[in-house]
Amino acid sequence: MDIVEQGPLVSLRGISKGFPNVQANDSVDLDFFRGEIHALLGENGAGKSTLMKILYGFYRADRGEIMVNGERQNIRSPLDARRLRIGMVFQTFTLIPALSVAENVALYLPHLPAIPGRARIARQIREVSLRYGLDVDPGATVRDLCIGDQQKVEVLKLLLADARVLIFDEATRVLAPHEIESLFAVLKRLRDDGYSIVFITHKLREVLACADRITVMRRGRIAGTLSCSEATENTLISLMFEAAAPAEMRTAAPGQRTVSATPSLELRGVSAKARGGQTRLKEIDLELHSGEILGVAGVSGNGQRELGDVILGLLPCAAGQKLLFGEDATRWSAGHIRRSGIGFIPEEPLAMGVVPWMTVLQNAALGDLEKYSRCGGLALDWSAVRADVERSYGALGLSAPGPHTQARALSGGNLQRSILARELGRLPRLVVASYPTRGLDVVSATSARRLLATIRDSGASVLLVSEDLDELYGLSDRLIVLFEGRIVRTAFPRDISREEIGHLMTGTGCGHAQ
Amino acid sequence: MTWTFLWSVLSGCIMYGVPLLYATLGEVIGQRAGMVNLGLEGILLVGASIGFVVTAKTGNAALGVIVAMAAGGLFNLLYAFLAVTRRANQLASGLALMFFGIGLSALIGKAYIGTRIVGLARYQIPGIAQLPWASKTLFNYDVLVYLAFPMAILVWWVLFRTRWGLSLRAVGESPTAAFAAGRRVSLLRYQAQFLNGALSGLAGAHLSLALAMSWTEGMTGGRGFIAVALVIFSRWHPLRAIAGALLFGGAVTLQLQLQAQGTDVSPFLLNMIPYVLTLGVLVVWGGVRRFAAPGALGRVYYGED
Amino acid sequence: MRSRLKVLSDQVRRGLASAALRYVLILLIALAAYGAVLLMAGKDPVKAYGDIVKFTLGTSYGLSEVIVRMIPLLLTAVAVALPSRLGLINVGGEGQLYMGAWLATWGAITFTALPAIAFVPLLIFLGFVGGGSWAAVAGLLRAKGWVNETISTLLMNYVAPLIVGYFVYGAWRSAESSAFPQSPAFPPAARLPRLFGTRIHLGLVLAVLVLAIYWFVMQRTAWGLRMRAIGGNPEAARRLGIRLGWYIVIVLFIAGGIAGLAGMAEVSALHGRLRSGFSPGYGFVGFMISWLAGGSPLGMLLMSFLLAVIFAGGSLLQVTQGVPFAAVNVLMAIILFIVLAQIRFARRRRA
Repeated sequence: MDIVEQGPLVSLRGISKGFPNVQANDSVDLDFFRGEIHALLGENGAGKSTLMKILYGFYRADRGEIMVNGERQNIRSPLDARRLRIGMVFQTFTLIPALSVAENVALYLPHLPAIPGRARIARQIREVSLRYGLDVDPGATVRDLCIGDQQKVEVLKLLLADARVLIFDEATRVLAPHEIESLFAVLKRLRDDGYSIVFITHKLREVLACADRITVMRRGRIAGTLSCSEATENTLISLMFEAAAPAEMRTAAPGQRTVSATPSLELRGVSAKARGGQTRLKEIDLELHSGEILGVAGVSGNGQRELGDVILGLLPCAAGQKLLFGEDATRWSAGHIRRSGIGFIPEEPLAMGVVPWMTVLQNAALGDLEKYSRCGGLALDWSAVRADVERSYGALGLSAPGPHTQARALSGGNLQRSILARELGRLPRLVVASYPTRGLDVVSATSARRLLATIRDSGASVLLVSEDLDELYGLSDRLIVLFEGRIVRTAFPRDISREEIGHLMTGTGCGHAQ
Repeated sequence: MTWTFLWSVLSGCIMYGVPLLYATLGEVIGQRAGMVNLGLEGILLVGASIGFVVTAKTGNAALGVIVAMAAGGLFNLLYAFLAVTRRANQLASGLALMFFGIGLSALIGKAYIGTRIVGLARYQIPGIAQLPWASKTLFNYDVLVYLAFPMAILVWWVLFRTRWGLSLRAVGESPTAAFAAGRRVSLLRYQAQFLNGALSGLAGAHLSLALAMSWTEGMTGGRGFIAVALVIFSRWHPLRAIAGALLFGGAVTLQLQLQAQGTDVSPFLLNMIPYVLTLGVLVVWGGVRRFAAPGALGRVYYGED
Repeated sequence: MRSRLKVLSDQVRRGLASAALRYVLILLIALAAYGAVLLMAGKDPVKAYGDIVKFTLGTSYGLSEVIVRMIPLLLTAVAVALPSRLGLINVGGEGQLYMGAWLATWGAITFTALPAIAFVPLLIFLGFVGGGSWAAVAGLLRAKGWVNETISTLLMNYVAPLIVGYFVYGAWRSAESSAFPQSPAFPPAARLPRLFGTRIHLGLVLAVLVLAIYWFVMQRTAWGLRMRAIGGNPEAARRLGIRLGWYIVIVLFIAGGIAGLAGMAEVSALHGRLRSGFSPGYGFVGFMISWLAGGSPLGMLLMSFLLAVIFAGGSLLQVTQGVPFAAVNVLMAIILFIVLAQIRFARRRRA
């Protein structure tokens, strides 16, 4: 792919940005040209996101210059960036769910008249969406759209606001392989029309599939820039990591396990309604045995959260039966289920798993209050709590943080570890682990995976929900695929390919949440 | 249950519902910007007292209305200052405004308790008196009543058909997203609260200048809080607010009409109707309505870097 | 363990000192502002303040009057503070107070023959249940997810005095002729005993007891930890097996009961009968106290004393200087204003 030989559209020179704990960017020099797809590749925490947020005006660099079309620019806010026709699509969309597609787009139009003409805006939207394959209904409420369509709206927002530099931050995290292909097609059409596309990702395969140039970042610095012809998996990996390939994600494949007669969890024809009337679970039949990790694959929003919540007793079964260790637990309360030896690793640790302002010790006590209560609840045995915290961290091979550290002061990795320690320290018989390594750095992610494998080896059952196919393949003994609230396939990892899973995850076309 | 009775009720429905409509419209604007203002009671009282005093001193009821609106708007800027600029808890800030309004209006109005004024002039739609079942006393409204329903339409139009309204709703759903789109969150919230204050001041003035034609301490009797409830009842929509206001007006009128008829129902029980009704409706519709609330309602916006 | 106690007590002492300084500063500024308001109303603020101080802190009668007013304020403050730890906002103290008074009155005029030793516990029970059930309705509505408790308690605030009025003007109207309608007098056995030969009554013991129990339950018990967890992160609390709905209803019931005790104490000890509109807004002021004190027991004690002084002063000024009692709302608003306006960034955006 030829790089257009005019000067770069955007130039970054000597950009440095430090945060209290880390130097996110260190003297970065980078150019972006018109008519190219430029991938910014690196591990979690390499500084790619921060760099682009500086370009977009979300952060201010400590040092360095930004030049647009050869002229030095002072970008103090996203408004300035947008005036320079730079746009960014974030991982978490900045769409307003309650407003319509047209209203969301209108908010970003640079010259919106005081009384906007709704018909005119709708027409503009249709023209652009047709041109680049981003079809969405301008009148639809954003809340009702599936994630793939919402992303299209984000792109439309930028295009209609006259952006010519489009930055995508981990755009494919929420998409299935099928949808990723169509996103790449859109990017290529945009590139052919002269847009400058910056594509932030940590996934090698994507980079090799669509980028014209690839810049690898590592620890806040540029490790190297390659054209797509020069780049191979190995060269990229060696740039991404100082040493060789990252730690082996695949855990030792389990040998033939003696499956216990009674499954630890059984769902028979379970259906459930989700809050907000979104995805339902429809006639779920599954069995989970002791000493087994059951991986749940699926695009976020197809019933994974509901499945976990039903098992934990947080969501009632509208129909069907739920059996825990042979007992009918369909009507059990969440507390009852928890007391019978079920643990959970929540999808969002800070929002769902701990009380942020409480200390590690207090959160640990909450994990099993019945155990630590004395005199019928009038007093708490804090020394027992402390002993248990030490013990569970020790069993995981880690040192406990200060017991009076607030949960919200812990880093992502440490927070997840505290939850793991609390939940696994109770020696649960069944664990529902939702996206346990999301947002973690490599070290924490690897040790979390190892922990799950360890408790599986000691006889517990694990339901593992993950969006990382590598992780699912590496850890699971069996896999199920969820699509629109149904289990569309159950298989052993060795018997099913990623492509098949990808297609199952989306059925035909975009998986609409009904 | 005669025709006269029914028409009397309808006529009263509209008249007594109007102050509440104005106040509800104001709070709809405020809540669409993401802010809950429990101080409406205070603003209503300030509007009522200041409007009354100005009218009593100058003899000009229209002037009283205008001053009440301005006073209400400025008064509510205090709430905006606390909740927007100082990022304080909205409920506590609203209550502070409520206390202030109750006390201030008591001080302002003290010298005028017992004074009687000629309030706003009343007009009847030409032709109504000619209708067989009507009389000269029915549907005899002041100008503020006639303006009330157009005002609701105006508020609807501003919120849903203008750029300012779109920006305001964006702020109320997600200040972060609105900021990312280049909107000035604080300014929009101040503007919304000024309008809220002006409309609520107007509502208060209508009470003292058109309905009661006198001033008593605490004469609003909780209407400020009913307005807040009605905002939820009408699902934050200005046009549906009309229904809520009419409902409340109907309850008040019913009480007066039944008393006039000599029906032996305790006034205390009748006075309960508006509150119980509002609560009942909230219970019935409440679960459904929750998802219609502006996304950022009640949450303090701390701003970006 | 002992060293941890010492560190804690040092922090407490330092915290108290800076908190006390803050309160004094706030008070001074508020008094100055209110003085300006009084001036504009044509009154002499210096004389007014002087009179208030001389009366409330100078005479034993004045001090006792302050404590008399402090009792309902402290109780309604706890009635707000307790649910606030769960993240619930109870603005219904006023209504719960009236309902406690109402049910207690029913008991007083129905079981007239009971001896004092049975009457007092009965009144306490009725006052608690009256206010508690009133609040429990709001709790139930909230637990079911139908109505936010702020709105429901607020609306019910206006219904309760109407219920009282209905009975006072109607079924319970005393045959004695008097300026305004009132219930029959409580039998002497139904009057809460007075202490120290003043108007201070048993309610003081109740209030202090309630405060102590509140502190103990919140800080030391497993229930308190659960409640604080609900307040800190309801989603996490739910997942950890804590029954939210149960706690919401129970806590609001108890809170309403505490406010109900305040109402019962007022009618039983002070008035000896039920009258319409006997509360000058204790419920709302209780909210203010709890909010200003951040739910801290010591803070609530201090703030309710301070506000009791203001209330006693307000009554005094109404008599001596013709300032309407409602004007104390202005002073309360100023205090609230100053505190609210000082809030700094509660959290910085994590860059």
